[in-house]
Amino acid sequence: MRSFRKIKEAVATRLMAFLTVSSSLIVFFMITGLYVRSRPILSVHSLSELLFSSSWHPLRGEFGFLPFIVGTLWITGTAVVIAVPLCLFTAIYLSEYAPSRIRALFAPLIDLLAGIPSVIYGIWGLLAVVPMIKNQLAPVFGVFSTGYSILAAGIVLAIMIFPVIIHVSLEVLQSVPGEMREASLALGATSWQTVKTVVLRRARPGIIAAVVLGFSRAFGETMAVLMVAGNVARIPGSVLDPAYPLPALIANNYGEMLSVPLYDSALLLASLWLLVVILLFNVCSRLILVRVERSVL
Amino acid sequence: MSFKPHIRVENLNVYYGKEQALKNITVNIPDRKITAIIGPSGCGKSTLLKSFNRLLDPVDHVRISGRVFVDQEDIYDSKVDVTRIRKKMGLLSQRPYPLPMSIYDNVAYGPRLHGIRNKKTLNEIVERNLKISSIWNEVKDRLNTPASRLSIGQQQRLCLARGLAVEPEIILGDEPTSALDPKSSQRIEQRFIELKSEYTIVLVTHILRQAKRLADYVLFMYLGELVEHGSAEEIFSNPKQEMTKEYIGGTFS
Repeated sequence: MRSFRKIKEAVATRLMAFLTVSSSLIVFFMITGLYVRSRPILSVHSLSELLFSSSWHPLRGEFGFLPFIVGTLWITGTAVVIAVPLCLFTAIYLSEYAPSRIRALFAPLIDLLAGIPSVIYGIWGLLAVVPMIKNQLAPVFGVFSTGYSILAAGIVLAIMIFPVIIHVSLEVLQSVPGEMREASLALGATSWQTVKTVVLRRARPGIIAAVVLGFSRAFGETMAVLMVAGNVARIPGSVLDPAYPLPALIANNYGEMLSVPLYDSALLLASLWLLVVILLFNVCSRLILVRVERSVL
Repeated sequence: MSFKPHIRVENLNVYYGKEQALKNITVNIPDRKITAIIGPSGCGKSTLLKSFNRLLDPVDHVRISGRVFVDQEDIYDSKVDVTRIRKKMGLLSQRPYPLPMSIYDNVAYGPRLHGIRNKKTLNEIVERNLKISSIWNEVKDRLNTPASRLSIGQQQRLCLARGLAVEPEIILGDEPTSALDPKSSQRIEQRFIELKSEYTIVLVTHILRQAKRLADYVLFMYLGELVEHGSAEEIFSNPKQEMTKEYIGGTFS
């Protein structure tokens, strides 16, 4: 009887250890799988040709990813440019100015944004942002836009990355010791002078990490962007032009166009790039945040 | 002991939420003397000290009633410019907190806040105050390195220089030697003795011997109340209250 209990214990421990290890190994299997499946296209085209050619004609065997890469960068960049100042001021307000009551109310509300399904953001973009750009914004600049544009995707994405950037920056700001603020205030600094020259300076690495985390979140977002970006495979000229980001390309075409030779391999190569870039960004920002946490202790 | 007061506290009450941290404190702090606030931890020493330069303001749920006069001016009057009040006082905290910048910029921070831009003037201010704080010789060749690289004792002297650079009248020390080694503590104490001819110094300390070494005037607090105050001789040799006797005799700490 006693030995049976011991056997159960040993089996359960090993099983749980196995599950833990295998779930963290999945990412390596994915990378390996994607790499193996994308090799056919790499044996026909060089990497630089795939990355820097803007000729996307799969039927003719031309797979230039440049329009998609540029589209992704434009959209992500627009989202970050919109989100960073707004998030930073929000985090500064919540951390430095708001009474604890307000902070306790609004910080979870902002976190809640992270739980909204991306298709909802997409619908909102479709119904609110796209018409606004088409009817109000584009005419102001005297240009025609369908509204399906980099800007529309950027605005929607910006709001989607709010919770990430605000949450992490808020934590970083709160990790600045109160005595450091007191030291600055005691010298006759105003709150704003203290924030600007002491708190932000001390929190800078962590805030950079927050932005990188937001960037990588935006980089891979698929659904909401796909719904409002217009999906035209051309290098965009302005933020009011449509763009075709990489995740949208993969989602729209995988499974549909696989009769075209090498198409499957091309899309999996694009997936591999996305995965690697996002992993790298995440690892970098986590490393910075771990260092920030250590410096507090 | 009769003296010219620099800070006058009248019926000061401080509440953190429902908890009362200071109970009806009325006391005068003498000009250009070292005043020590002693008492067991949690008795309100630090709260009283922070009420002098309105550092309680940013605390959540804090309520303050009563008045504090510095140079005859009610610092809790709603028309008062808080930054000007704070500029009158240099603060040393329990652990030194150098600002996240170079040694030079730490000292120049205060003067720059108050509008001094001239490079030569700033250089003079930095050098003078680092010398007064007796750290100049140790840092003069590396003024542009981050202040966080200094030893903790050096950091505390740097913080003293930083506080003095805004030309305060008062130095507030919240157990300023508690994180330091004995040698560094001694250097800070010596600075205080030298500085008291020009500054009013108020020290919170839980080290009785330090209070005996430095203080001219002593406040003994217990559970938010000011139990007894008077000249150092009076308090240490002839305390009137039973509680003070016990604390000074070491019955409790």
